[in-house]
Amino acid sequence: MNAILSLIAVAGLALIAYIGVSAAGLQFLFGVVVPYVALAVFLIGVISRVVKWGRTPVPFRIPTTCGQQQSFPWIKQAKFDNPSTGGGVIVRMLLEVFLFRSLFSNVKFELREGPKLAYSSAKWLWLGGLAFHWTFFIVLIRHLRLFTDPVPGFLKGIEALDGFLQVGIPGIMISGVVLLGAVTYLFLRRVLIPNVRYISLAADYFPLFLIMGVALSGILMRYVLRVDIVGVKKLTMGLMTFSPGLPEGISVVFYIHLFLVSTLFAYIPFSKIMHLGGVFLSPTRNLANNSRMVRHINPWNYPVDVHTYEEYENDFREKMKKAGIPVEKE
Amino acid sequence: MAKTPKPDELSKIDYTPPQTAWTETPTVYKEGVWCFGAKPKNLETLHFPNPREWRVVDEDWKLPENWQEIVLNGMKERLDKYRSFRVFMDSCVRCGACADKCHFFIGSGDPKNMPVLRAELLRSVYRGNFTLAGKILGKINGARPLTLEVLKEWWYYFFQCTECRRCSVFCPYGIDTAEITMMGRELLNLLGLNIDWIAGPAANCYMKGNHLGLEPHTIVGNLEYMLDDIETVTGIKITPSFNRKGAEILFVTPSGDLFADPGTYTCMGYLMLLHELGLDYTWSTYASEGGNFGFFTSNELAKRLNSKIYAEAKRLGVKWILGGECGHMWRVLNQYMDTWNGPADFLEVPKSPITGTVFENAKSTKMVHIAEFTADLIKHGKLKLDKKRNDNLKVTFHDSCNTSRGMGLFEEPRYIIDNVCNNFYEMDELTTREKTFCCGSGSGLNAGENMELRMRGGLPRANAVKDVAEKYGVNMLANVCAIDRAVLTASMDYWVPSVKVTGVHELVANALIMKGEKERTTNLRGEPLPGMEGQE
Repeated sequence: MNAILSLIAVAGLALIAYIGVSAAGLQFLFGVVVPYVALAVFLIGVISRVVKWGRTPVPFRIPTTCGQQQSFPWIKQAKFDNPSTGGGVIVRMLLEVFLFRSLFSNVKFELREGPKLAYSSAKWLWLGGLAFHWTFFIVLIRHLRLFTDPVPGFLKGIEALDGFLQVGIPGIMISGVVLLGAVTYLFLRRVLIPNVRYISLAADYFPLFLIMGVALSGILMRYVLRVDIVGVKKLTMGLMTFSPGLPEGISVVFYIHLFLVSTLFAYIPFSKIMHLGGVFLSPTRNLANNSRMVRHINPWNYPVDVHTYEEYENDFREKMKKAGIPVEKE
Repeated sequence: MAKTPKPDELSKIDYTPPQTAWTETPTVYKEGVWCFGAKPKNLETLHFPNPREWRVVDEDWKLPENWQEIVLNGMKERLDKYRSFRVFMDSCVRCGACADKCHFFIGSGDPKNMPVLRAELLRSVYRGNFTLAGKILGKINGARPLTLEVLKEWWYYFFQCTECRRCSVFCPYGIDTAEITMMGRELLNLLGLNIDWIAGPAANCYMKGNHLGLEPHTIVGNLEYMLDDIETVTGIKITPSFNRKGAEILFVTPSGDLFADPGTYTCMGYLMLLHELGLDYTWSTYASEGGNFGFFTSNELAKRLNSKIYAEAKRLGVKWILGGECGHMWRVLNQYMDTWNGPADFLEVPKSPITGTVFENAKSTKMVHIAEFTADLIKHGKLKLDKKRNDNLKVTFHDSCNTSRGMGLFEEPRYIIDNVCNNFYEMDELTTREKTFCCGSGSGLNAGENMELRMRGGLPRANAVKDVAEKYGVNMLANVCAIDRAVLTASMDYWVPSVKVTGVHELVANALIMKGEKERTTNLRGEPLPGMEGQE
């Protein structure tokens, strides 16, 4: 139900762009206004969310320690899984952000007769997630060619690597194909694994379909319908230089693609996609386990009611004396 | 009280989720799963709101009129005070990596025991009340209004989480259900909705200094029993001191060690070791609790209970503090104590008077784990040990959740066990160290009325023990946690009856050759030592 709802929503978005451009002639709205608005919503939304997180205090030092602590020189510390220094934390974060280290350690279980619980490594989610995020990132970077003139050398390098298969004309970009494959995998596991389906909200399917739509329309444009790339670049450079224009003859697929991308960007600040910022601010990952070495300060630490020793002794003085326990007041 | 089903019945677990969405599936309150509600006298002792007689099975939980307002305000306050709470509310992508990591899910198949759904219980209300998308889109965006059903569901499931943090190890964003549960329990406590198994010990600890409510003379009396037993076994008379000013070291351990087997054997281990070293140390009857059931209630109560340790160290004028074997006690000491009640500038950086080792890793908190202390002693050859005395044991080691994922104490206890036992076997590595399974009864859930829940939650740990029991003949489960010693005993009796439970320092004391001891014929439990059968 949640999945169908999300699919309808994404199809509806594509339809809106299609009708808006081909029937109503709203090229300016979909080609200029919407992208600008989306970008503004994205930037303001993401920044304000991150600022909100950043301003919220971290009262306690609560890293999840995933290895041996620092204790004696003769016991080997897990410097990255249980860091006690800033450097260790940075490595831990890099491994997390770029390689999804926590997911790499994923384990699944099986209950057999006996009962016998058997555990084994489970790496598909890690692999699918890694493929998805990295190819998404590469595709995003490649698109910078539409916003730069002349196109910088490193972008050409990335494109050359991405298209190293040299199959087809225009050459197949591996990233786009893998992205579509990975996003399909992420969707399928959500639908096919009963427990994952059970926890899935419309808010989980919607971005998947949206990204699928973006990737499909992109692939369609590049390989099948062959949009007028010169015209597209004119438009994107116009947006980039704040002198927007609407070149003639750009196919409606492009507007659909652009509208879905705009929706995605505008949607990010209000959605779970904010995990891209959250991962950096997670106190269980980005703090060193050094709270016995260095006092961590809680900015809102406040005095509390305590039951003092004096009150305690008043309650038990006679019993203490009888048991031979020294007291303050005889 | 509900009768706990037999193991073969309990281990038939269905992991298929219901046909209806979790938001539409009513919660069934199962006897044997929930704990009794907090009694008014305990809440009054602690000055907690809404003390009253109430029963879980009653329709009316006697909440204040404006309970929704109280909870939502409480939520707002905590969202502004804890970055963890806010980020964890916003960041989850429901990838499902955590779903099958919870011992309660593995043992029950209840989908709301998947950490992601446990968090969604709270997150759905967060979305509906604190996010734009949730306010506009409502149910489509996974938002729920805060109804009485939702509140009761919180109560049921936040007291089915042991704050073990295993899910947090696998989460790509480190989302920690312990944080979620802690926030959930804080909110419930605003309405007087604690369980009595937590509120009772916390009230005891507040007034009497320890969870068990042992009064000062009882503490001395309990230790005297142990000292008599030690004398019987070793021929050595030990006379520890209590509340002694000017001692070099204050020793604090969970009160569970003073009370019941097998914790008492661990306690005898401390007494023997510290005596043998001639350590200038004292016990305290005021700070007679290392553990902290306040930690399972609210941040504020945890701080109130914890304050006694530094206060007593200051009053007695000791140089540093040595802490016994306990799990959540060490999460608190490692990650909270100094922040709450420090700086401990009246203490000195801990230094072992025996080896001269300076405990650099505790230079601010000034509190050392006894496993660190003992490992250092052994490394420096300061203990005479006869491993053969433990030859009747085939030992495996259970990593406690809190010392594992809230500290990283892995090698120290293993090094000790290796030096006091000849037969040590590790369990499946996917169930130890940072991936260790909870005993099933942590975070104050070690009550009697929720035995079915405890046995279900204890299944993954017990099952890994069973595996080494079958493979290597393991018959002893060692650990460094007082709750473990109490509850794993029940869990082993239920799932793997051939395995007993011990603290690490019981093993140390059995192997420890003490100056002037008589020839030992039994271990601390009064069982004949290997080769001494029939010598009594």
